[in-house]
Amino acid sequence: MNRFLRSLLLLASLGTALQAQDVKLLNVSYDPTRELYQAINPAFAAHWKAKTGQTVTISQSHGGSGKQARSVIDGLPADVVTLALAHDIDALATQRQLLPVDWQKRLPGNSSPYLSTVVFLVRAGNPKGIRDWNDLLKPGVQVITPNPKTSGGARWNYLAAWGQALKQKDGSEAKARAYITELFKRVPVLDSGARGATTTFVERGLGDVLLAWENEALLVTEGTGKGKFQIVLPSTSILAEPSVAWVDKVVQKKGTAAVAKAYLEFLYTPEAQKIIAQNGYRPSDPKALKAAGSRFPQLKLFTIADAFGGWDRAHDAHFKDGGSFDQIVVRK
Amino acid sequence: MSDLRLLADGVGEPAWLRRSLIAIAVSFMAVFLLLPLANIFHAALSEGWRVFLASLHDENAAQAIRLSLVSTAAAVLISGVFGLAAAWLLGRHKIPGHGFWVAILDLPFAISPVVAGLMFVLLFGLDGWFGPWLDRHNIQIIFAKPGIVLVTAFVTFPFVARELLPLVQALGPEAEEAAMLLGASPWQTFWRVILPALKWGLLYGVILCASRAMGEFGAVSVVSGHIRGETMTLPLHIEAVYNEYQFGAAFACASLLSLMALVSLALKSFVAWRAQRELESQ
Repeated sequence: MNRFLRSLLLLASLGTALQAQDVKLLNVSYDPTRELYQAINPAFAAHWKAKTGQTVTISQSHGGSGKQARSVIDGLPADVVTLALAHDIDALATQRQLLPVDWQKRLPGNSSPYLSTVVFLVRAGNPKGIRDWNDLLKPGVQVITPNPKTSGGARWNYLAAWGQALKQKDGSEAKARAYITELFKRVPVLDSGARGATTTFVERGLGDVLLAWENEALLVTEGTGKGKFQIVLPSTSILAEPSVAWVDKVVQKKGTAAVAKAYLEFLYTPEAQKIIAQNGYRPSDPKALKAAGSRFPQLKLFTIADAFGGWDRAHDAHFKDGGSFDQIVVRK
Repeated sequence: MSDLRLLADGVGEPAWLRRSLIAIAVSFMAVFLLLPLANIFHAALSEGWRVFLASLHDENAAQAIRLSLVSTAAAVLISGVFGLAAAWLLGRHKIPGHGFWVAILDLPFAISPVVAGLMFVLLFGLDGWFGPWLDRHNIQIIFAKPGIVLVTAFVTFPFVARELLPLVQALGPEAEEAAMLLGASPWQTFWRVILPALKWGLLYGVILCASRAMGEFGAVSVVSGHIRGETMTLPLHIEAVYNEYQFGAAFACASLLSLMALVSLALKSFVAWRAQRELESQ
């Protein structure tokens, strides 16, 4: 009996020891990063196993960036969030102190391990001759972009269009507003999400040009729409900085702080940066960007900070109720 | 005589009008119901059998199918038991505010599923009534399987209760009283007298409940958290893969869901037919 008990105890302790070897992370992200993190996760798991002997499994959750942030605020237990814009992660800090307000300073490059920009996707041969932003206003051109009220991707498009008008030699607020007003007259449908807009353009064949993140556009030209579409890079565009952060409140509770932090730091390693480039995102490391070669041509890029004074101000001026977007839609 | 002829035809309209009305109805059904349904199966197989089978065998798809089946079974059980209890209470007893409670039974039908989902977030989310307590005790309801089961049960609750309420009322207390007088225990009365009288209604309600539970999207989407391989149901999985440009896989899963719906439709018709026959033979 005694021996039986002891072996039982031994088994139980073995069980907990085995459990200690296993660790689970939940990465709450936005829609188009699924393929990226599917490639990153096994690479990190191997890296972590070699370093600590622990087996790490990473679950992914995807949805619209704003919706995902809302879910984390409501209790979705995300160890790390990898969202489309810093503004959404700020909400975790301001609405429910899930992480410190200065989270963006904790990782290199404003906590953006990968970057992107807004480009034009046109039909093969570029029948409407679209080369730059002003060509979008040519008569007969229809533009597809999702609704900035609901889609994080659409906000980047909107700010790219606004910012480039602002950055032109004789640019001004008034000219930017006029440009955007004209642009949205050429949008036949406002989809609620970036993927929906891509489907409208690619599958349903609506519109002449799709404003899209470069990684989304590359996914189309190298994947489903090979040979049927091509990418046009405008002379100027916005630098999209998707941000990542570990969620302090959650990792403290789960005891996953070390591995969550390591997971995000791994994104900056040469190995991960290469995977990032393969998935159509611009690596934040200049060396990795150079190694990726002609896939990511150079263009003039402005940041949210230098064109709009940061996300908070951009949001208030343009997307809040009564902001510039509302004014334009009402006037239309 | 001519009046009789009209009666024999069953209608008073001229033949051409009748025929064109029938033609309109049939073509509307074909275009609006049959064609889209057939197209789902066509699209599912458009990339071949291999893709079709692979997309159903995919790890995430298999998990979504399992979760859909489990949450449907749980929702059916919950709605079945509580629906029976509610129908019994309201059909047999005059409780204060009777009309109000009968109306409340339909609440889940009247409320948009998205709002239903948000109601549960407001109850069990971190900001919600029970959120802080659940958090302290490490219990995850929302953004986990229990939340999915709860909202599914909520939106499907009226099916069983609604189906049984008129039956309980029609049944009346006589048979029960007789059973009790003859010495049956309450359990015996329930299993031997009440349940047999309600069984077809219960079955009908359960099938309706199951087919709705399998397809529920809105409410589940709000509380699921969308964790791949963990909290995705079949409808959520279909939307996700569709948005990832895997159209073949999306339609393969969609055809499976449609197939499940068709099966429940057939079961429903069968149950209705059997119940009718039993009624006639009595």
